[in-house]
Amino acid sequence: MASVFEYAPAPESRSIVDIAPSYGLFIDGEFVEAADGKVFKTVSPSTEEVLAEIAQAGEADVDRAVKAARKAFEKWSALPGSERAKYLFRIARIIQERARELAVLETLDNGKPIKETRDADLPLVAAHFFYYAGWADKLEHAGFGASPRPLGVAGQVIPWNFPLLMLAWKIAPALATGNTVVLKPAETTPLSALFFADICRQAGLPKGVVNILPGYGDAGAAVVAHPDVNKVAFTGSTAVGKEIARTVAGTRKKVTLELGGKGANIVFDDAPIDQAVEGIVNGIFFNQGQVCCAGSRLLVQESIQDELLDSLKRRLSTLRLGDPLDKNTDIGAINSEEQLTRITSLVEQGEAEGAERWSPACEIPTAGYWFAPTLFTNVTQAHTVARDEIFGPVLSVLTFRTPDEAVAKANNTAYGLSAGIWTEKGSRILAVANKLRAGVVWSNTFNKFDPTSPFGGYKESGFGREGGRHGLEAYLAPSSPEGER
Amino acid sequence: MPTNASAAAHALTDVTASDSTLRRFLHGLPGVDAVGLEGRAASLGTRSIKTTAKAYAIDLAISMVDLTTLEGADTPGKVRALGVKAVHPDPTDRTTPATAAVCVYPDMVATAKEAVAGSTVKVASVATAFPAGRAALAVKLADVRDAVAAGADEIDMVIDRGAFLAGNYMKVYDEIVAVKSACGTSARLKVIFETGELSTYDNIRRASWLGMLAGADFIKTSTGKVAVNATPANTLLMLEAVRDFRTQTGIQVGVKPAGGIRTTKDAVKFLVLVNETVGEDWLDNHWFRFGASSLLNDLLMQRQKLATGRYSGPDYVTVD
Repeated sequence: MASVFEYAPAPESRSIVDIAPSYGLFIDGEFVEAADGKVFKTVSPSTEEVLAEIAQAGEADVDRAVKAARKAFEKWSALPGSERAKYLFRIARIIQERARELAVLETLDNGKPIKETRDADLPLVAAHFFYYAGWADKLEHAGFGASPRPLGVAGQVIPWNFPLLMLAWKIAPALATGNTVVLKPAETTPLSALFFADICRQAGLPKGVVNILPGYGDAGAAVVAHPDVNKVAFTGSTAVGKEIARTVAGTRKKVTLELGGKGANIVFDDAPIDQAVEGIVNGIFFNQGQVCCAGSRLLVQESIQDELLDSLKRRLSTLRLGDPLDKNTDIGAINSEEQLTRITSLVEQGEAEGAERWSPACEIPTAGYWFAPTLFTNVTQAHTVARDEIFGPVLSVLTFRTPDEAVAKANNTAYGLSAGIWTEKGSRILAVANKLRAGVVWSNTFNKFDPTSPFGGYKESGFGREGGRHGLEAYLAPSSPEGER
Repeated sequence: MPTNASAAAHALTDVTASDSTLRRFLHGLPGVDAVGLEGRAASLGTRSIKTTAKAYAIDLAISMVDLTTLEGADTPGKVRALGVKAVHPDPTDRTTPATAAVCVYPDMVATAKEAVAGSTVKVASVATAFPAGRAALAVKLADVRDAVAAGADEIDMVIDRGAFLAGNYMKVYDEIVAVKSACGTSARLKVIFETGELSTYDNIRRASWLGMLAGADFIKTSTGKVAVNATPANTLLMLEAVRDFRTQTGIQVGVKPAGGIRTTKDAVKFLVLVNETVGEDWLDNHWFRFGASSLLNDLLMQRQKLATGRYSGPDYVTVD
């Protein structure tokens, strides 16, 4: 957008973060090489620059890590909750102290704008550790029996879209409840998890309580399948989630899956239009739309369709795409070439099926993986772009005439993770929210997160809840007879 | 964009045909979600404006200042000093742009006029029983005519908040129309809502449309005399209103946040709001103003800092 008021580049300094040329696996409190010596490279998606070489975990490493976690479990689980809380509070404070460093690191490795890592990811990461630190000595009062017990070793596999935040969602409740952890970060974003390993050492966390195994899908599968893992927690695609469900079927492993979504953002004709436009933008373009709970389907009441789309298009024209480290960047890079290919092919399919594609004029950098914010209009429930999760900055616009039709269309999906309702009428918010089959329903806002609030899906979006008091349940065996193993 | 401005304006003219049509129109405007509005304003507040962009913003902000003195203790000497400062804000650097206007009480207009004679600086005068607006219409109009006769280029009127809050929109409308007519063709009219007293964002949006329908050339947040004056959120909301009004009628209306904007950092945040809400058409002192007094010195100090690389201090800008 050329304007007389052109913002000069305002890049956040890279010098605050010191990335080593190579990193090992973090097992039993030490950084070690992979048993088979394999390594892989992690690149910065905005420039394709190689950031570091990372040890690649294999089955033998998984076994070693699970053994370390098992060994650590005995003492860790026996600690009074108040003692475990001290470690978690310490970790939370160190994260706050190192927030700027971690934000820059996350932006480099993931490609998302510094504005988001600085103002959303990192504050939420620290808040999550603070929140679960508070629960550690109050588990008897959490509603899971008089003396709920930890499960043992938690095998956790996390995605690349919020690398450190997803780590926090997994590790904080696991440690608060007395479990030990083997965590596999995504292969495209291993760095913040490895920095977290360093934070665990800095906090004096006992060896083996947290183990970090960077690697590919095979390492994740090995974590899930390991016979001595008691609990599996996964966030990622529905396809992998189904595989995991098959793997653990018939075992005693407790599982939570947080999978894909195709969230409906429903805008009624009495909505606060300007704020709804902001909510739509935040719903689908936050983190380049690479968010499982993204509001990727806009359901707008037909009577205000034109007005709303005009406003939305005008607003999209002001989005600033470019260098993720620039403090004024709104839209960063797509996380990987693979993801960019997937987005591109789904968007081409949308066009081929007759949906109308629109993007604001915006300059795309030559290096790195980028995709312009995109709108599809003339979309029906039958279009692929209205059914499949794109996981990119692509919004499909559908219309409805009545509240019942809005609910029916919103629920007409294999997923059920998130939804949004925009109306100034309070009674309508309550009536519609009760009928939506989605784990989280936002009213007059979107993509708002808080550690006190449970998060999770219906249907193919997975099961179990993370966050809040509910999030403790996934890591506890109730003290009732049914819970005895 | 409007296809036929006069036809659109005519369509909205029907809105003010009666008390009930006006009420229906104002209450039919989309609601404002306070959390969302404040969130958007706060997020635009995180824009990082550096180097060349900062230099541009500082000069633009200086050129948009309505340098204001509205005290019981105002004297001709004080007003003259202010006028001279408006013309040459920084005596050490003649490249510094002049401010947009000086803003004074009606009885000081002639003095101010003399002080800025021969420059681009306009003289704005508050009128209509400023700041409370609690006087008979005849008194308010006399106040306005007096200021215009003394040579005021701009009139800053206050609306009757009591009438507005009582739901008597037509009374507020008629009063603005009467003041506009008293301004004649020579003076531009700024309509002050005293947003801090209107209290809700829905009210601020309604007042904005009411003011524009009645012929305001500018809509202005506040008098600077109450607890809550200009905020990023209420200014953002008024920018949305002038944007939408132009889309519907083709008529462009200016915006003036006033009161409480004291630092360069704040002023730059407001300019970012303008840039990203209504765009460059409003990035000009014909369409956007800051009602302020102490802001100017901070802008000058920041301007000197950019030029020299060093902070000077309050002794290197003039006190008035």
